[in-house]
Amino acid sequence: MRRILFSKTGDAIWISHLDLMRVLQRAFRRAGLLLRHTEGFNPHAFVSLALPLSVGTESRCEILEFDLAEGQEAGDLVARLNRALPAGIRCLASYEGGRKFRDLAQLEVRVLLQYDGGVPSGAAASIEALLTGPSLPVEKKSKSGWTVADIRPMILRASAAQADGTTVAVRARICAQNPSLNPDLLARAVAAHRPELAPDFAKSFREEVYAADGALFR
Amino acid sequence: MEIAMERILRRVQKPARYVGGEYNQIVKDKAQVDVRVAFCFPDTYEIGMSNLGMRILYGVMNEMDGVWCERVFAPWGDMEAEMRRHQLPLWALESHDPVRDFDLIAFTLGYEMSYTNLLNMLDLAGVPLRARERDGLHGLVFAGGVCAYNPEPLADFVDFFSLGEGEDITVEILQLYRRAKAEGWSKAAFLQSAAQIDGVYVPSLYDHTYGPDGRLAAITPRDGAPATVTKRIVQRLDEAYFPTRSIVPSTEIVHDRTNLEIFRGCIRGCRFCQAGFCYRPVRPKSVDVLLRQAREALEDSGYHELTLASLSTSDYKELEALAGGLLDYCAPRKINLSLPSLRADNFSPELMQKVQKVRKSGLTFAPEAGTQRLRDAINKNVTEAEILETCATAFAGGWSSVKLYFMLGLPTETDEDVLGIAELVYKILQCWRETATSRKRGCRISVSTAYFVPKPFTPFQWEAQISPEEYTRRQRLLKEHMPSKSVDYKWHDPSLSRLEAILARGDRRLGPVLEAAVRRGARLDAWNEYFDYDAWMAAFRDCGVDPDFYARELGEDEPLPWDTIDVGVRRQFLLRERRRAYRSETTPDCRAQCTGCGADQLYQEGPCDA
Repeated sequence: MRRILFSKTGDAIWISHLDLMRVLQRAFRRAGLLLRHTEGFNPHAFVSLALPLSVGTESRCEILEFDLAEGQEAGDLVARLNRALPAGIRCLASYEGGRKFRDLAQLEVRVLLQYDGGVPSGAAASIEALLTGPSLPVEKKSKSGWTVADIRPMILRASAAQADGTTVAVRARICAQNPSLNPDLLARAVAAHRPELAPDFAKSFREEVYAADGALFR
Repeated sequence: MEIAMERILRRVQKPARYVGGEYNQIVKDKAQVDVRVAFCFPDTYEIGMSNLGMRILYGVMNEMDGVWCERVFAPWGDMEAEMRRHQLPLWALESHDPVRDFDLIAFTLGYEMSYTNLLNMLDLAGVPLRARERDGLHGLVFAGGVCAYNPEPLADFVDFFSLGEGEDITVEILQLYRRAKAEGWSKAAFLQSAAQIDGVYVPSLYDHTYGPDGRLAAITPRDGAPATVTKRIVQRLDEAYFPTRSIVPSTEIVHDRTNLEIFRGCIRGCRFCQAGFCYRPVRPKSVDVLLRQAREALEDSGYHELTLASLSTSDYKELEALAGGLLDYCAPRKINLSLPSLRADNFSPELMQKVQKVRKSGLTFAPEAGTQRLRDAINKNVTEAEILETCATAFAGGWSSVKLYFMLGLPTETDEDVLGIAELVYKILQCWRETATSRKRGCRISVSTAYFVPKPFTPFQWEAQISPEEYTRRQRLLKEHMPSKSVDYKWHDPSLSRLEAILARGDRRLGPVLEAAVRRGARLDAWNEYFDYDAWMAAFRDCGVDPDFYARELGEDEPLPWDTIDVGVRRQFLLRERRRAYRSETTPDCRAQCTGCGADQLYQEGPCDA
């Protein structure tokens, strides 16, 4: 099996996980690359994404695994795909093999908290203290309704700094699978525990993926 | 605007449909552009992006130097609420610029129940609804599509209509507009000049007067406007623009595949069918051109599904050769080929086997009526024997699901005809028992009945629509007599089809009703989630307009609101067909014998391929 590493930025962040699978498969066809398909009346391609990405989150570290049909050459694959991809999705690298998807365990994320009236004084330090404190219970929506969960054990490290007059940037290393933490919950935790620091708007970025041993995941 | 959008998009369903950026969208340098067109589809992105006509005209306009055509769709209710709350005006997908900043605002009208979306989209754009409240050349509103053949309900809101196929006329309109803009013409001067383009109808240049009985009394053209406006057609389809490099949506749409139009027009002449008469004359594309266009479109889009588009696929003369050629290309590339609109009377087992090689989908038939007498009256020239024979072939070939479409309320229909639908379904079930090779999953028959809507430019344009109460009675009668519980019977909501009938044959007095309905919240009427019949009925009361007036039988001597418009098919022909319907007399298809409908007169480079 082969993999590509790609980014999803700009307006492409609004493409959902299922739609992204279709977008990528069509891009392969446009690039003149036929994927290996299942047999039968309704053949589908062997493709899988390492870790589903929430709609609205930017990422520079998405990984797709696939297999080319017999006789297809992978030469020049990155450039060919990039000519075929829609705006906002860019293939960064292509390689053979890689670690098993289930070994992907950590995410490096950035969360921007925006304050339309200017960042409240001492916000960054207070937010960093909150995210690295002893516990961080947050209301989460589950299948059985709203429950409260402590997300603190899923935050491996976190720091916050004022980025500009209206923005605080949080950087954090968080758990990615079993259990996994949605980075949007970091902003929600700030709003829940420090209502005076609740941002007017927050957005998350997936910066890098790592294995449990801290090695870069590829 | 971008910051507000970014925040709103997080809260709405399927945000990808509001941002553009798809593969093959056209972006131009504004400095190099002097005419900007906001091409609006009055329904959601998923519906509009599935429309082949819009894709063709998007390409035609953007092929012009100095013209930038962008797309606009109706927002879903959640998005509309956010836009209104944040005072975010409707924008075009390519540039994200507000629609109100465009030179021209174009709409394509395929369905009467999208009229409120047109008004609501203008309102969301911050553009005055009424044409006479818009001064100057900036933001002219024009519309085309099959509903433009009776555009009178929209006459208050739309500055001019473009009739027929848009490939050539759209270019002529934009050229005239460019000149008018450069020379600083007034809006009145532009409209008078536009009215001289063949196929352009400017409603404000015609006075409609009504008699004491409420009927239309006369239509009087002014300022040199022509007495009749004739629709435009493409003379050489093989050479016409076809979008083989077309936008590939990043989010799923209704027809998420490559659509290949194989011919225009229809040889059949089903007497209820507006498309069957309005798209005449019959003009095919050649197999070579189609094979090339299919290959180009599939390679460029990356789609793995191809479907053939036309009013009746199996009437394409060289279908076997085309299907064979397409399958040779598609099969090794794992591309599915689907052939919709096959008729029961000329669907060969050989063809079915070919299609089956790639993928097996369900069978769909539209007998439309339950008895031979009524099928003859509506000129649906298909016999029960043919339907059963085709079903037998299909069942023997391993198919086990059949979809059947009928109409209730057709002219001359009696209870016997209604019960005939149940009998036909019973016979199909019997046929399955006798011929099916795969019985594991049982036979799945779904039956759907629509409520007949009389449409302009059909032999039934004068007919009354039966009342909603009568429709419901017939629908219940049929339900009681359906032969088996395994038959899945669905019927159309009568209130929606009632309104469709009112708008389809409406006149200018419906303009205020449309506006009142929109003010009362009517929009996205084609969607169950939003359709609000009570709002509509209140709007009719607000304006003192009787909706039933528009569903009545029209007199043959009565001027019709759409009399100014000529679609090629002659009134005398339509009348003759109406008479034959009453005698349950069929008219053979155009290939058996020319029916003399008159549409071939539009086709100088003919002959009509019937």
